[in-house]
Amino acid sequence: MISLSTPVRAAGVLGAALLVMTAPTACSSNTGGSGGDQSDGTYTWWDPYPQHAKGSDWAKRVAACGDEAGVTIERTAYDTTALTNQALLAAQEGTAPDVILIDNPAVSTLADTGMLTTMDEFGLDTAGVDENLLAAGVVDGKAYGIPIGANTLGLYYNADVLDDAGVDPAAIKDWDTLTAALKKVTDAGHKGITFAGTNTEEGSFQFLPWFWGAGADLRDLDSAEAATALELWTGWLEQGYAPNSVINNSQNTTWEEFLTGDFGFGVNGTWQVNSAAEADFRTGVVQIPGRDGGVAPTPTGGEFITAPVQDDGSRYDVTQQIVECMTTPEGMVETATTFAYYIPPTKAGQGQLLQKNAELEPWVEAVRTARGRTGDNLGTDYPKISEPLWTAVQKALSGSASPADALREAQAAAEDEAG
Amino acid sequence: METTTPAAPPAAHPGGAAPGGPAKPAAARRPRVRGRSTQWAAFAFLLPLVAYLLAFYAYPLYRNVDLSLHEYTVRSFVQGGAEFTGLANYRDVVGANAFGTALRNTLVFTFVSIAAQYAIGLALAVFFRANFPLSGLLRGMFLIPWLLPLIVSGSTWAWMLNSDNGIVNAALEAFGIGQVNWLTDPGWALTSVIVANIWLGIPFNLVILYSGLQNIPDELYEAAALDGANAWQQFWRITLPMLRPVSAITLLLGLVYTLKVVDIIWIMTTGGPGTSSTTLAVWSYREAFGTGLPDFSPAATLGNLLILMALAFGLLYLRLQRRQEWS
Repeated sequence: MISLSTPVRAAGVLGAALLVMTAPTACSSNTGGSGGDQSDGTYTWWDPYPQHAKGSDWAKRVAACGDEAGVTIERTAYDTTALTNQALLAAQEGTAPDVILIDNPAVSTLADTGMLTTMDEFGLDTAGVDENLLAAGVVDGKAYGIPIGANTLGLYYNADVLDDAGVDPAAIKDWDTLTAALKKVTDAGHKGITFAGTNTEEGSFQFLPWFWGAGADLRDLDSAEAATALELWTGWLEQGYAPNSVINNSQNTTWEEFLTGDFGFGVNGTWQVNSAAEADFRTGVVQIPGRDGGVAPTPTGGEFITAPVQDDGSRYDVTQQIVECMTTPEGMVETATTFAYYIPPTKAGQGQLLQKNAELEPWVEAVRTARGRTGDNLGTDYPKISEPLWTAVQKALSGSASPADALREAQAAAEDEAG
Repeated sequence: METTTPAAPPAAHPGGAAPGGPAKPAAARRPRVRGRSTQWAAFAFLLPLVAYLLAFYAYPLYRNVDLSLHEYTVRSFVQGGAEFTGLANYRDVVGANAFGTALRNTLVFTFVSIAAQYAIGLALAVFFRANFPLSGLLRGMFLIPWLLPLIVSGSTWAWMLNSDNGIVNAALEAFGIGQVNWLTDPGWALTSVIVANIWLGIPFNLVILYSGLQNIPDELYEAAALDGANAWQQFWRITLPMLRPVSAITLLLGLVYTLKVVDIIWIMTTGGPGTSSTTLAVWSYREAFGTGLPDFSPAATLGNLLILMALAFGLLYLRLQRRQEWS
């Protein structure tokens, strides 16, 4: 009841933060950019990995890139959602850091504010990066960042459960065979599948493989294809193939459910590879199938390295060296192994990774067929479409509207917002 | 401020507020000079407070109003030049499909929460007024919801109410009642978050009402008992009327706190499924921080509407209080 994170308070904090932040800039407005009043030897770096503390492998890797460029990198880690807001505030005050690692759908948002340099201006070649992965950072034909690694969704399975139910994971080729497999698994007394249908971006993220796998388009949420995708999910709930809790599941909770060992399948991302290997049962992974076969396009996840605009242009040279250090094939493989949940976004990097870890093959495959959420020039329209979409998923799953009605409402809301 | 120096023998006013301190024989013009300088000093002492109020109350409030009257996009948030749109944001928000549901949810959430918190808090306070062995310990244990971090209690509630693995459903099943989708059924989600919020708010009500009870003189109860009033009559004729000022402030504070609750709802249902447990505060939070694209203008608009609602009840409280003082 005594709540802290209320919007009123939040706005207050925001206001206070603005005030506090204006003070230093007022004194040192001519130094511009970040680094602020620090000497040229220190470059600032923000990333969304607070779980990797000082002294972690990741922190060392960042520091090493600074050493290579002959400067010290001052790294600050924020929570993913906080990072976008921090970046916007910093840009407003002209105190943006030299480098920001940011979640890929946020790149177009930041680019829209004009606070990011294009990779062209920066003299960095993006030709080697897989086009589908770079797409999230491209606005009007210009790339505003380079992915440092990519991840996406796959269909994990519990091999023990599938053996018991007599299901061959290799036989899952389309939606019908998957649903048939779920029936076998539940008939054998296990639980079918768990996924995350929560009331946030994660809900849309998990729904998109099915949405795209049905051939639906994000500009057209109420198409017949979109309805079939949502009907697939609601059908699973009605048949008891998926538990009712998926409506409230985040990707972490759904993984916890899968780890109980009761479930035949669980939809989750590359970042669970290590956890799956350590599970108490045998696990495997297959691609999420399209409606009529083939592999469904899954949404790309992962961070982009971006370089905010600085008043002091002389800082760019060093920043460029830092960015390059992170984006060489060797650098990307190193990032991938440091994190254990990233696939390099270039062919060269992927090849090198597979030489070391051949078992990541399905994930490399999945990343190659993945699709950026903000791609197709959706850019900053994507969040305005995604919110109605996850709301529609929630309404249909909880039974407060039929899939078709929920999607119609979503399309109206998206058109209203995105125009 | 009252520094009676030993040099000055007991001055005339023991409890008086002589700002000049003990009146020592002094030249005629000295007090006037000192008066002016103390005035300046007084202003100087006031300055930090004024600066604090301006920086942390006035400016954020101004900024909130400013945000709600302009059409801020992420671009104009950074580069400035947001278009002034007057009350368009307010019209959009009030005209939105979600507004009716959100307003209804806000009112139900707030009033049901406060009513139950107050009733249970008062019952417990009266119960603990009778000092029995271990009552102090028991009373302390009722404060636990207040002491736990919200993320802990919120997540615990969410686990307990989980449709498939929650302990609540397991208990219901033991009695032959089928699965209830506490958090994922549109008909139950709001009820579930209200129950959790009531649990959270009881300690606050208990503490304030209990301290209010301490101020009711025992003689009143003794006199009533001599007159033959039973416990029930004593409660209605003595306890409740004597508690009225404390009750009013408890209810007002409860209302202000409950109107703006985001965290417990966000942790348990994120306002879902769909919008079935979305209150105005949750909606505002979602606009600003819940999607990939911060939309500060509608968020600030909703925040301002909440401020207005709280203000209206604050004024009502002042009015009631004044009437009470007059009578």
